[in-house]
Amino acid sequence: MKVTLWGTRGSIAAPGPETIRYGGNTSCVSVECRDSRAVVVLDAGTGLRRLGQSLSGKADQIHLLLTHLHMDHIQGLGFFGPLYDPDVEVHLWGPPSPTLDLHARLSRYLSAPLFPVRLRELPCRLLLHDVPEKPFAVGPFTVTGNLVCHPGATVGYRVEKGGKSLAYIPDHEPALGNAAFPGPAEWTSGWALAREADLLVHDAQYLPEEYAQHAGWGHSTLEHCADFARLAKARRTVTFHHDPNHVDDQLDAALADVKRSRPGLDLVAGTEGAVLEI
Amino acid sequence: MPQQPIEIILVRQLAEYLSAPIFVVDPEGRLVYYNEAAQGLLGRSFEEAGEMTVDELGRLFEPLDENGARLPVDGLPLAVALRERRPVNRKFHIETLDGKRRALEATAIPLVGQGGKLLGAAAFFWSRP
Repeated sequence: MKVTLWGTRGSIAAPGPETIRYGGNTSCVSVECRDSRAVVVLDAGTGLRRLGQSLSGKADQIHLLLTHLHMDHIQGLGFFGPLYDPDVEVHLWGPPSPTLDLHARLSRYLSAPLFPVRLRELPCRLLLHDVPEKPFAVGPFTVTGNLVCHPGATVGYRVEKGGKSLAYIPDHEPALGNAAFPGPAEWTSGWALAREADLLVHDAQYLPEEYAQHAGWGHSTLEHCADFARLAKARRTVTFHHDPNHVDDQLDAALADVKRSRPGLDLVAGTEGAVLEI
Repeated sequence: MPQQPIEIILVRQLAEYLSAPIFVVDPEGRLVYYNEAAQGLLGRSFEEAGEMTVDELGRLFEPLDENGARLPVDGLPLAVALRERRPVNRKFHIETLDGKRRALEATAIPLVGQGGKLLGAAAFFWSRP
Protein backbone atom coordinates (compact mmCIF):
# COMPACT_ATOMS: atom_id res chain seq x y z
CA MET A 1 0.00 0.00 0.00
CA LYS A 2 1.25 3.47 -0.83
CA VAL A 3 0.13 6.06 1.70
CA THR A 4 0.58 9.75 0.82
CA LEU A 5 0.07 12.58 3.30
CA TRP A 6 -1.55 15.54 1.54
CA GLY A 7 -2.43 17.48 4.66
CA THR A 8 -1.31 16.90 8.25
CA ARG A 9 -2.52 20.04 10.01
CA GLY A 10 -5.52 20.20 12.29
CA SER A 11 -8.30 22.69 12.99
CA ILE A 12 -7.45 25.25 10.33
CA ALA A 13 -4.99 25.48 7.46
CA ALA A 14 -1.75 27.06 8.62
CA PRO A 15 0.44 28.00 5.69
CA GLY A 16 3.47 30.15 6.22
CA PRO A 17 7.24 30.06 6.39
CA GLU A 18 7.22 28.79 9.95
CA THR A 19 5.14 25.71 9.06
CA ILE A 20 6.68 24.99 5.69
CA ARG A 21 8.42 21.76 6.66
CA TYR A 22 5.50 19.86 8.17
CA GLY A 23 2.98 21.72 6.05
CA GLY A 24 -0.11 23.80 6.51
CA ASN A 25 -2.86 21.90 4.68
CA THR A 26 -5.49 20.17 6.79
CA SER A 27 -6.16 16.45 7.00
CA CYS A 28 -6.02 14.42 3.82
CA VAL A 29 -4.35 11.06 3.17
CA SER A 30 -4.51 8.84 0.08
CA VAL A 31 -4.05 5.09 -0.13
CA GLU A 32 -3.21 3.32 -3.38
CA CYS A 33 -1.79 0.02 -4.49
CA ARG A 34 0.05 -1.09 -7.59
CA ASP A 35 -2.44 -3.68 -8.78
CA SER A 36 -5.53 -1.46 -8.80
CA ARG A 37 -6.70 1.91 -10.12
CA ALA A 38 -8.95 2.38 -7.07
CA VAL A 39 -7.97 5.29 -4.86
CA VAL A 40 -8.98 5.58 -1.24
CA VAL A 41 -8.88 9.06 0.21
CA LEU A 42 -9.11 9.63 3.93
CA ASP A 43 -10.67 12.99 4.78
CA ALA A 44 -11.17 16.01 2.59
CA GLY A 45 -9.21 18.76 4.30
CA THR A 46 -7.51 21.46 2.28
CA GLY A 47 -4.83 18.95 1.24
CA LEU A 48 -7.47 17.39 -1.01
CA ARG A 49 -7.02 20.13 -3.60
CA ARG A 50 -3.50 19.07 -4.52
CA LEU A 51 -4.44 15.38 -4.42
CA GLY A 52 -7.17 16.17 -6.94
CA GLN A 53 -4.61 17.78 -9.24
CA SER A 54 -2.39 14.70 -9.04
CA LEU A 55 -5.30 12.38 -9.88
CA SER A 56 -6.40 14.33 -12.95
CA GLY A 57 -7.20 11.80 -15.68
CA LYS A 58 -5.72 8.92 -13.72
CA ALA A 59 -8.55 7.61 -11.57
CA ASP A 60 -12.09 6.84 -12.65
CA GLN A 61 -13.31 5.64 -9.27
CA ILE A 62 -12.45 7.40 -6.03
CA HIS A 63 -13.62 6.49 -2.55
CA LEU A 64 -13.47 9.42 -0.15
CA LEU A 65 -13.84 8.34 3.45
CA LEU A 66 -14.70 11.13 5.86
CA THR A 67 -13.99 10.61 9.55
CA HIS A 68 -16.38 13.42 10.49
CA LEU A 69 -17.73 16.65 9.15
CA HIS A 70 -15.77 19.27 11.02
CA MET A 71 -14.67 21.97 8.61
CA ASP A 72 -10.99 21.08 8.58
CA HIS A 73 -11.91 17.60 7.30
CA ILE A 74 -14.30 18.64 4.51
CA GLN A 75 -13.15 22.05 3.33
CA GLY A 76 -11.22 20.60 0.40
CA LEU A 77 -14.35 19.11 -1.17
CA GLY A 78 -15.32 22.21 -3.07
CA PHE A 79 -11.90 22.32 -4.68
CA PHE A 80 -11.44 18.63 -5.50
CA GLY A 81 -11.00 18.44 -9.27
CA PRO A 82 -12.46 14.94 -9.81
CA LEU A 83 -15.83 16.12 -8.45
CA TYR A 84 -16.07 18.35 -11.52
CA ASP A 85 -15.24 15.56 -13.98
CA PRO A 86 -18.31 13.81 -15.46
CA ASP A 87 -16.19 10.75 -16.30
CA VAL A 88 -15.31 10.09 -12.67
CA GLU A 89 -17.31 8.17 -10.09
CA VAL A 90 -16.82 9.48 -6.56
CA HIS A 91 -18.08 7.59 -3.52
CA LEU A 92 -18.35 9.71 -0.39
CA TRP A 93 -18.52 7.82 2.88
CA GLY A 94 -19.31 9.41 6.21
CA PRO A 95 -20.44 8.60 9.76
CA PRO A 96 -24.18 7.99 9.95
CA SER A 97 -26.60 10.31 11.70
CA PRO A 98 -30.02 9.46 13.10
CA THR A 99 -31.44 12.81 11.98
CA LEU A 100 -29.92 13.94 8.67
CA ASP A 101 -28.46 11.99 5.79
CA LEU A 102 -24.93 12.67 4.56
CA HIS A 103 -26.18 14.72 1.62
CA ALA A 104 -28.08 17.07 3.90
CA ARG A 105 -25.16 17.46 6.29
CA LEU A 106 -22.58 18.12 3.56
CA SER A 107 -24.97 20.54 1.87
CA ARG A 108 -24.62 22.83 4.86
CA TYR A 109 -21.17 23.65 3.44
CA LEU A 110 -21.73 23.05 -0.27
CA SER A 111 -24.60 25.49 -0.69
CA ALA A 112 -25.28 29.20 -0.43
CA PRO A 113 -24.13 31.32 1.32
CA LEU A 114 -21.03 29.27 2.17
CA PHE A 115 -20.22 27.95 -1.31
CA PRO A 116 -21.39 28.82 -4.81
CA VAL A 117 -21.65 25.20 -6.05
CA ARG A 118 -24.28 22.90 -4.62
CA LEU A 119 -23.56 19.24 -3.94
CA ARG A 120 -26.25 18.21 -6.42
CA GLU A 121 -24.68 20.34 -9.15
CA LEU A 122 -21.32 18.54 -9.12
CA PRO A 123 -20.73 17.00 -12.57
CA CYS A 124 -19.16 13.73 -11.42
CA ARG A 125 -21.16 10.56 -10.71
CA LEU A 126 -21.51 11.09 -6.97
CA LEU A 127 -22.68 8.40 -4.60
CA LEU A 128 -23.02 8.97 -0.86
CA HIS A 129 -22.89 6.24 1.76
CA ASP A 130 -23.15 5.90 5.50
CA VAL A 131 -20.20 3.99 6.92
CA PRO A 132 -21.59 0.55 7.78
CA GLU A 133 -20.94 -1.24 11.05
CA LYS A 134 -19.27 -4.17 9.37
CA PRO A 135 -16.11 -4.04 7.21
CA PHE A 136 -16.71 -3.19 3.58
CA ALA A 137 -14.79 -3.56 0.33
CA VAL A 138 -13.32 -0.59 -1.52
CA GLY A 139 -11.64 -1.94 -4.63
CA PRO A 140 -8.93 -4.30 -3.38
CA PHE A 141 -9.06 -2.86 0.15
CA THR A 142 -11.11 -3.91 3.15
CA VAL A 143 -12.18 -0.95 5.22
CA THR A 144 -13.48 -0.93 8.78
CA GLY A 145 -14.99 2.18 10.31
CA ASN A 146 -15.61 2.44 14.07
CA LEU A 147 -16.84 5.34 16.17
CA VAL A 148 -14.10 6.93 18.26
CA CYS A 149 -13.98 9.44 21.09
CA HIS A 150 -14.33 12.90 19.51
CA PRO A 151 -17.17 15.44 19.67
CA GLY A 152 -19.95 14.61 17.22
CA ALA A 153 -20.25 11.36 15.31
CA THR A 154 -16.64 10.59 14.38
CA VAL A 155 -15.15 7.43 12.98
CA GLY A 156 -11.65 6.15 12.60
CA TYR A 157 -10.77 3.84 9.72
CA ARG A 158 -8.69 0.73 9.26
CA VAL A 159 -7.68 -0.02 5.66
CA GLU A 160 -6.34 -3.49 4.96
CA LYS A 161 -4.92 -5.38 2.01
CA GLY A 162 -2.84 -8.48 1.75
CA GLY A 163 -2.33 -8.77 5.50
CA LYS A 164 -1.11 -5.18 5.83
CA SER A 165 -3.02 -2.45 7.61
CA LEU A 166 -3.28 1.30 7.99
CA ALA A 167 -5.21 2.76 10.92
CA TYR A 168 -6.30 6.37 10.47
CA ILE A 169 -7.61 8.18 13.56
CA PRO A 170 -6.85 11.86 13.01
CA ASP A 171 -9.22 13.31 15.60
CA HIS A 172 -9.22 11.30 18.78
CA GLU A 173 -9.12 11.74 22.54
CA PRO A 174 -8.79 8.23 24.01
CA ALA A 175 -7.56 9.69 27.29
CA LEU A 176 -10.77 11.66 27.92
CA GLY A 177 -12.02 10.86 31.41
CA ASN A 178 -9.88 7.76 31.40
CA ALA A 179 -7.86 7.85 34.59
CA ALA A 180 -6.25 4.54 33.71
CA PHE A 181 -5.10 5.63 30.23
CA PRO A 182 -3.33 3.94 28.57
CA GLY A 183 -5.33 0.78 29.11
CA PRO A 184 -7.02 -1.51 29.64
CA ALA A 185 -7.10 -2.03 25.90
CA GLU A 186 -10.68 -3.25 25.55
CA TRP A 187 -11.86 -0.09 27.34
CA THR A 188 -9.85 2.27 25.12
CA SER A 189 -11.52 4.08 22.24
CA GLY A 190 -9.93 3.24 18.90
CA TRP A 191 -7.95 0.26 20.09
CA ALA A 192 -9.69 -2.27 17.85
CA LEU A 193 -8.95 -0.11 14.80
CA ALA A 194 -5.29 0.42 15.63
CA ARG A 195 -4.49 -3.01 17.00
CA GLU A 196 -1.18 -4.17 15.52
CA ALA A 197 -1.55 -1.84 12.57
CA ASP A 198 1.47 -1.62 10.30
CA LEU A 199 0.97 2.13 10.12
CA LEU A 200 -1.03 4.24 12.55
CA VAL A 201 -1.84 7.85 11.69
CA HIS A 202 -3.06 9.43 14.90
CA ASP A 203 -4.06 12.72 16.46
CA ALA A 204 -1.18 14.42 18.27
CA GLN A 205 -2.37 18.01 18.38
CA TYR A 206 -1.31 19.26 21.77
CA LEU A 207 1.81 19.70 23.84
CA PRO A 208 1.40 18.22 27.35
CA GLU A 209 1.03 21.63 28.99
CA GLU A 210 -1.80 22.51 26.59
CA TYR A 211 -4.03 19.56 27.38
CA ALA A 212 -5.56 20.73 30.65
CA GLN A 213 -7.19 23.69 28.92
CA HIS A 214 -8.38 21.52 26.04
CA ALA A 215 -9.62 18.37 27.75
CA GLY A 216 -12.84 17.32 26.06
CA TRP A 217 -12.01 19.07 22.79
CA GLY A 218 -11.46 15.68 21.20
CA HIS A 219 -7.71 15.68 20.67
CA SER A 220 -4.58 14.08 22.07
CA THR A 221 -1.16 15.22 23.14
CA LEU A 222 1.94 13.76 21.52
CA GLU A 223 2.34 11.69 24.68
CA HIS A 224 -1.21 10.34 24.42
CA CYS A 225 -0.52 9.48 20.78
CA ALA A 226 2.65 7.61 21.70
CA ASP A 227 1.01 5.77 24.58
CA PHE A 228 -1.97 4.82 22.43
CA ALA A 229 0.38 3.52 19.74
CA ARG A 230 2.20 1.44 22.31
CA LEU A 231 -1.07 0.07 23.71
CA ALA A 232 -2.21 -0.86 20.22
CA LYS A 233 1.22 -2.31 19.34
CA ALA A 234 1.26 -0.35 16.12
CA ARG A 235 4.42 -0.98 14.16
CA ARG A 236 4.94 2.61 13.03
CA THR A 237 3.07 5.74 14.08
CA VAL A 238 2.73 9.06 12.31
CA THR A 239 1.77 12.02 14.48
CA PHE A 240 -0.97 13.98 12.80
CA HIS A 241 -3.39 16.90 13.10
CA HIS A 242 -0.63 19.27 14.19
CA ASP A 243 -1.92 22.30 16.02
CA PRO A 244 -2.03 25.33 13.66
CA ASN A 245 -0.02 27.35 16.17
CA HIS A 246 2.82 24.87 16.39
CA VAL A 247 5.70 25.89 14.17
CA ASP A 248 8.18 23.45 12.69
CA ASP A 249 10.89 23.93 15.34
CA GLN A 250 8.35 23.33 18.10
CA LEU A 251 7.22 20.09 16.50
CA ASP A 252 10.84 18.95 16.16
CA ALA A 253 11.50 19.56 19.85
CA ALA A 254 8.25 18.05 21.04
CA LEU A 255 8.72 14.90 19.01
CA ALA A 256 12.31 14.55 20.21
CA ASP A 257 11.10 14.77 23.83
CA VAL A 258 8.49 12.08 23.34
CA LYS A 259 10.89 9.76 21.56
CA ARG A 260 13.47 10.20 24.33
CA SER A 261 10.94 9.28 26.97
CA ARG A 262 9.64 6.31 25.01
CA PRO A 263 12.60 4.64 23.35
CA GLY A 264 11.92 1.87 20.92
CA LEU A 265 8.73 3.42 19.61
CA ASP A 266 8.77 4.04 15.85
CA LEU A 267 7.25 7.52 15.80
CA VAL A 268 7.52 10.07 13.01
CA ALA A 269 5.96 13.49 12.57
CA GLY A 270 3.38 13.61 9.79
CA THR A 271 4.88 15.66 7.01
CA GLU A 272 2.87 17.00 4.11
CA GLY A 273 4.02 15.34 0.92
CA ALA A 274 5.48 12.28 2.63
CA VAL A 275 4.96 8.95 0.91
CA LEU A 276 4.97 5.88 3.13
CA GLU A 277 5.02 2.35 1.80
CA ILE A 278 3.44 -0.46 3.81
CA MET B 1 -11.21 -9.62 24.51
CA PRO B 2 -12.88 -7.36 21.91
CA GLN B 3 -13.04 -3.62 22.44
CA GLN B 4 -16.16 -2.33 24.15
CA PRO B 5 -18.36 -0.09 21.96
CA ILE B 6 -17.37 3.56 22.20
CA GLU B 7 -20.76 4.42 23.70
CA ILE B 8 -20.19 2.01 26.62
CA ILE B 9 -16.64 3.29 27.07
CA LEU B 10 -17.95 6.86 27.35
CA VAL B 11 -20.73 5.84 29.78
CA ARG B 12 -18.14 4.14 31.98
CA GLN B 13 -15.91 7.22 31.87
CA LEU B 14 -18.82 9.45 32.83
CA ALA B 15 -19.81 7.07 35.63
CA GLU B 16 -16.30 7.28 37.07
CA TYR B 17 -16.81 10.99 37.66
CA LEU B 18 -20.33 10.94 39.10
CA SER B 19 -21.24 10.51 42.74
CA ALA B 20 -24.38 8.45 42.15
CA PRO B 21 -23.95 4.67 42.08
CA ILE B 22 -24.11 3.57 38.45
CA PHE B 23 -24.22 0.09 36.94
CA VAL B 24 -23.67 -0.69 33.27
CA VAL B 25 -24.72 -3.91 31.54
CA ASP B 26 -24.15 -5.20 28.01
CA PRO B 27 -26.98 -6.27 25.65
CA GLU B 28 -26.95 -9.76 27.18
CA GLY B 29 -27.49 -8.34 30.64
CA ARG B 30 -23.97 -8.97 31.80
CA LEU B 31 -22.69 -6.36 34.26
CA VAL B 32 -19.62 -4.86 32.64
CA TYR B 33 -18.94 -2.03 35.05
CA TYR B 34 -19.99 -0.24 38.21
CA ASN B 35 -18.44 2.86 39.69
CA GLU B 36 -16.85 3.60 43.03
CA ALA B 37 -20.12 4.95 44.42
CA ALA B 38 -21.79 1.64 43.60
CA GLN B 39 -19.06 -0.12 45.51
CA GLY B 40 -20.65 1.31 48.64
CA LEU B 41 -23.85 -0.56 47.87
CA LEU B 42 -22.23 -3.89 47.19
CA GLY B 43 -19.38 -3.76 49.62
CA ARG B 44 -16.74 -4.59 47.04
CA SER B 45 -15.14 -2.90 44.06
CA PHE B 46 -15.83 -3.90 40.48
CA GLU B 47 -12.22 -5.00 40.17
CA GLU B 48 -12.81 -7.43 43.05
CA ALA B 49 -16.27 -8.58 42.03
CA GLY B 50 -15.69 -8.81 38.27
CA GLU B 51 -18.30 -9.13 35.57
CA MET B 52 -21.51 -10.90 36.52
CA THR B 53 -25.01 -11.49 35.23
CA VAL B 54 -27.97 -9.42 36.38
CA ASP B 55 -29.14 -12.57 38.14
CA GLU B 56 -25.93 -12.74 40.17
CA LEU B 57 -26.15 -9.00 40.85
CA GLY B 58 -29.71 -9.46 42.07
CA ARG B 59 -28.49 -12.10 44.50
CA LEU B 60 -25.81 -9.75 45.82
CA PHE B 61 -28.34 -6.97 46.28
CA GLU B 62 -31.28 -9.05 47.37
CA PRO B 63 -33.71 -6.26 46.50
CA LEU B 64 -37.05 -6.16 48.28
CA ASP B 65 -40.23 -4.36 47.31
CA GLU B 66 -42.13 -2.02 49.58
CA ASN B 67 -43.81 -4.97 51.26
CA GLY B 68 -40.54 -6.71 51.95
CA ALA B 69 -41.05 -9.37 49.28
CA ARG B 70 -38.08 -10.40 47.17
CA LEU B 71 -38.05 -8.69 43.79
CA PRO B 72 -37.68 -11.14 40.91
CA VAL B 73 -34.58 -10.55 38.83
CA ASP B 74 -36.61 -9.93 35.69
CA GLY B 75 -38.42 -7.16 37.56
CA LEU B 76 -35.24 -5.21 38.29
CA PRO B 77 -35.00 -1.89 36.43
CA LEU B 78 -31.91 -2.92 34.44
CA ALA B 79 -33.55 -6.14 33.29
CA VAL B 80 -36.76 -4.39 32.25
CA ALA B 81 -34.93 -1.55 30.48
CA LEU B 82 -32.90 -4.05 28.49
CA ARG B 83 -35.81 -6.33 27.64
CA GLU B 84 -38.39 -3.67 26.84
CA ARG B 85 -36.02 -0.96 25.57
CA ARG B 86 -37.58 1.74 27.71
CA PRO B 87 -36.59 3.79 30.77
CA VAL B 88 -37.68 2.27 34.06
CA ASN B 89 -37.87 3.76 37.53
CA ARG B 90 -38.41 1.73 40.69
CA LYS B 91 -38.22 2.13 44.42
CA PHE B 92 -37.03 -0.77 46.55
CA HIS B 93 -34.96 -1.75 49.54
CA ILE B 94 -31.77 -3.67 49.91
CA GLU B 95 -30.10 -5.24 52.86
CA THR B 96 -26.52 -4.09 53.21
CA LEU B 97 -23.69 -6.31 54.34
CA ASP B 98 -24.03 -4.97 57.89
CA GLY B 99 -27.65 -6.10 58.00
CA LYS B 100 -29.22 -2.66 57.65
CA ARG B 101 -32.09 -1.94 55.29
CA ARG B 102 -31.54 0.83 52.78
CA ALA B 103 -34.27 2.49 50.76
CA LEU B 104 -33.19 3.12 47.19
CA GLU B 105 -34.62 4.37 43.96
CA ALA B 106 -33.18 3.32 40.61
CA THR B 107 -33.64 4.63 37.10
CA ALA B 108 -32.45 2.43 34.28
CA ILE B 109 -32.20 3.48 30.66
CA PRO B 110 -31.44 1.35 27.62
CA LEU B 111 -28.36 2.46 25.69
CA VAL B 112 -29.26 2.50 22.02
CA GLY B 113 -26.69 3.61 19.47
CA GLN B 114 -27.17 5.15 16.08
CA GLY B 115 -29.04 2.87 13.77
CA GLY B 116 -31.07 1.55 16.69
CA LYS B 117 -28.43 -0.87 17.90
CA LEU B 118 -28.93 -1.96 21.51
CA LEU B 119 -25.65 -1.53 23.33
CA GLY B 120 -26.72 -2.30 26.88
CA ALA B 121 -28.29 -0.36 29.72
CA ALA B 122 -27.23 1.87 32.59
CA ALA B 123 -28.87 2.26 36.00
CA PHE B 124 -28.51 5.24 38.33
CA PHE B 125 -29.26 4.78 42.03
CA TRP B 126 -30.34 7.25 44.68
CA SER B 127 -30.84 6.83 48.41
CA ARG B 128 -34.31 7.57 49.75
CA PRO B 129 -34.97 8.87 53.23
